[in-house]
Amino acid sequence: MIAKPKPFEPRVLAFCCHYCAYASADLMGSMRIQYPPNIRIIRTPCTGRLEVEYYLKALEQGADGVLVAGCMEGGCHFIDGNLFAKRRVNHIRNMLEEIGLEKERLRMVNVSASMARPLADHITDMVETIRQLGPSPIRKNITANQSEIA
Amino acid sequence: MIVAERKTVPELLDIIKTHQKLLVLGCGTCVTVCLAGGEREVSIISSALRMAVKLNKLSVDVEELTIERQCDNVFIEQAAEAIERNDAVLSLGCGAGVQAIAERYPEKPVYPGLNTTFLGILEERGVWTEKCAACGDCVLHNFGGICPVTRCAKHLLNGPCGGSREDRCEVRPDRECAWQLVYRRLKNIGQLDRLKKITPPKNWKTSLDGGYRTIIREDHRI
Repeated sequence: MIAKPKPFEPRVLAFCCHYCAYASADLMGSMRIQYPPNIRIIRTPCTGRLEVEYYLKALEQGADGVLVAGCMEGGCHFIDGNLFAKRRVNHIRNMLEEIGLEKERLRMVNVSASMARPLADHITDMVETIRQLGPSPIRKNITANQSEIA
Repeated sequence: MIVAERKTVPELLDIIKTHQKLLVLGCGTCVTVCLAGGEREVSIISSALRMAVKLNKLSVDVEELTIERQCDNVFIEQAAEAIERNDAVLSLGCGAGVQAIAERYPEKPVYPGLNTTFLGILEERGVWTEKCAACGDCVLHNFGGICPVTRCAKHLLNGPCGGSREDRCEVRPDRECAWQLVYRRLKNIGQLDRLKKITPPKNWKTSLDGGYRTIIREDHRI
């Protein structure tokens, strides 16, 4: 019997700022808000801490999408880290187009620590966007043991 | 400092696509400071190339390395093994770096990953501007330290041209007229009389004449 191919489940990496999105994700759990299990959260001290290589490496290693969740504009704990992140994300989105990848695979959103429901909506929307785009064409060429994103 | 910027990924891919093993070689000097070819940019460009290679169904292994200075044999030595084990080198150094590596390895294809653009300074974070044309016969003392050869859109030595509006350049109205800057600076340092002197046509022999330029310092030769 031929096994039915599994439906595509996106694997999305989410870099969440400690001072907002990560706390929001915590609150999301406390409030029992449902969100897609396709997300892998990495806590970061500030989205401004994220080097652009991280986004590229994540996609190179097989992530279908990368979500960067920082504080509301004007509300960064380190004043303007999220604004730096915004510019860097835009820069890499343009680079993704040069590479031949859809720029929608990288997205930045802004939430505050109390915005659990909006964060769940952002995650759902990102996962759905990636679902529409399909698996990363980079991932197709990566064997299971090469991929660092399980 | 030498200022350069990255070539686009499709351009780079087109340059390297015939090779199986590629070394992306960064330079730790000028191009690191102008954020175009240092260790971080080597990592970014290598990552981008690896993805582009997969998407285009090519087979190129990309290795990364950054040395302190590509225009100096002493430092090139540190990349010797990596250069030997790869089919080609994509240098993220300036044009001098690319050629220094190519001269040292006559059998190895060495390609430029950057467009070397000008000699300039960091104006503010993320903004570099050209300040020197390396003409070989510096005239800055006559113009209050503002180089008309580089900064005047028409390279005038007896300006302004008459097309400037207020203090704006006729060619690029978003910029200040270089001659306005010269005038203001000479006035500030009390040397306006320098402008009364007509500057004769510049002798470009030190710049564009007779191929590449060399400097030989007998006192330093061994």
